[in-house]
Amino acid sequence: MSYISLNNVGFSYEGKTVLSDIHFSVEKGDYLCIVGENGAGKSTLLKGLLGLKKASEGSIVFGDGLKANEIGYLPQQTESQKDFPASCYEVVESGRLNKLSFFLFIRKEDKKSVEDAMEYLKVTGLKKSCFRDLSGGQRQRVLLARALCASEKLLVVDEPVAGLDPLAQKELYEMLDKLNKEKGMTIIMVSHDVKEVVQRAKTILHLDRTQRFFGSAEDYLSSKWGKLLVKEEENA
Amino acid sequence: MLNSLLKMFQYDFMIRALVVGGLVSLCSALLGTSLVLKRYSMIGDGLSHVGFASLAIAYALNFAPMSVSIPVCVVAAFFLLQLEESSKIKGDAATALLCSGALAVGVMTISLTSGMNTDVCNYMFGSILAISPSDLRLSVVLSIVVLFLYIVFYPRIFAVTFDESFAKASGTNTRFYNMVLALLTSITIVLGMRMMGTLLISSLIVFPSITAMRVCKNFLSTILVAALLSLFGFIVGISLSFLHSIPTGASIVIVDMILFFLFLGLEMLRNRKS
Repeated sequence: MSYISLNNVGFSYEGKTVLSDIHFSVEKGDYLCIVGENGAGKSTLLKGLLGLKKASEGSIVFGDGLKANEIGYLPQQTESQKDFPASCYEVVESGRLNKLSFFLFIRKEDKKSVEDAMEYLKVTGLKKSCFRDLSGGQRQRVLLARALCASEKLLVVDEPVAGLDPLAQKELYEMLDKLNKEKGMTIIMVSHDVKEVVQRAKTILHLDRTQRFFGSAEDYLSSKWGKLLVKEEENA
Repeated sequence: MLNSLLKMFQYDFMIRALVVGGLVSLCSALLGTSLVLKRYSMIGDGLSHVGFASLAIAYALNFAPMSVSIPVCVVAAFFLLQLEESSKIKGDAATALLCSGALAVGVMTISLTSGMNTDVCNYMFGSILAISPSDLRLSVVLSIVVLFLYIVFYPRIFAVTFDESFAKASGTNTRFYNMVLALLTSITIVLGMRMMGTLLISSLIVFPSITAMRVCKNFLSTILVAALLSLFGFIVGISLSFLHSIPTGASIVIVDMILFFLFLGLEMLRNRKS
């Protein structure tokens, strides 16, 4: 049984189909990257996996001990977070909510896990800093620590390096590699940065309003879709 | 000066106003922080206009004003949130529609029944005399419920305010907590409305938290500072109103406004230093 399997899944907005006939599965320990051009349906599929959007057809099944709320999510940053008065500790702590179930407040074990996650992502020193005052790379690391608090099984990452400088991009990719290799976390990532991600990901899913390619990263590079996208990127 | 301030406590209506106003100031400061950060600042305005219409109708039909206004405002708040989600009509447009629509219904009701008189002015701009002894008990109970629920749900309210999609993806029932926020906000608005006035109540939601956000670096301190500022602004404002017989709502808002500019100056000073 796979962590997540999709059977002929489709999504639509107000009756208009934006994505159809998606069928693939994610195994434990996988590093899947979803690629495709703008408007190909990458974000929609991600929303579907996260339960933020309902599939209009087909089914998404969670298995192999993964529950639908055991997902750590690294979203694209929203406008409102730029003036949000929150300390990094508060942000990371909010990742523990799904572990509280009927408890109202953060417990000792939650605090421990928050501290471990911050240590692991090397943001312990930023504990008391205000989230809005951080650099882009630091913010992503703090949000990654929050995702780690929510789940050590599956991490869903949406355009993680958008707006980061090259050094911070490299650091973030290395951090994701480390989470995948050291902690054995399964990673699902959406990215524009095809050339970089085919080096790092194990599996590639290419979308263009439907599923065009699903397979290993090596196979993808020699497929016509892979060649096309890499070429386009070089021209851009 | 001190003597005339002490005189405030000799009047029953002042004691009632102080108790209810103080509690409402606390509630609105706490909720306000979430609303402002979620870009729902105008929700207070929309709800107070709905409250105005429902008060007018309640008086016309001889019902107890609060027992009509609270449920009506709760329904309106859910409706506004729902619109936000479906996004066919944008949130700010929906609020604007609701504001003017409700105001029209309220004004029409009043003019057809009692006629336009000083009552209308009191609805609009608030009155220090507005809290009757029977309102007092209900207001105190409800605002304590609001404070209690806010504290109980605090970690979840933070998560839903900071990042709704993350909270939802990791299994928090964000819809439910949005509804809790809407429910608590509508109760707070109705409780504070008659003292502050329909047109001014939303300042109680927005000012303290915006002011606190100038200087605070984390969420907990933001809501605590907002609560203190709100309480301070209320007490100073109502004292001025009592001493100089000026409108209560307006004097509270002016005190809040001065506090805001002070904190803004403080922030700019700090930024220049660093």
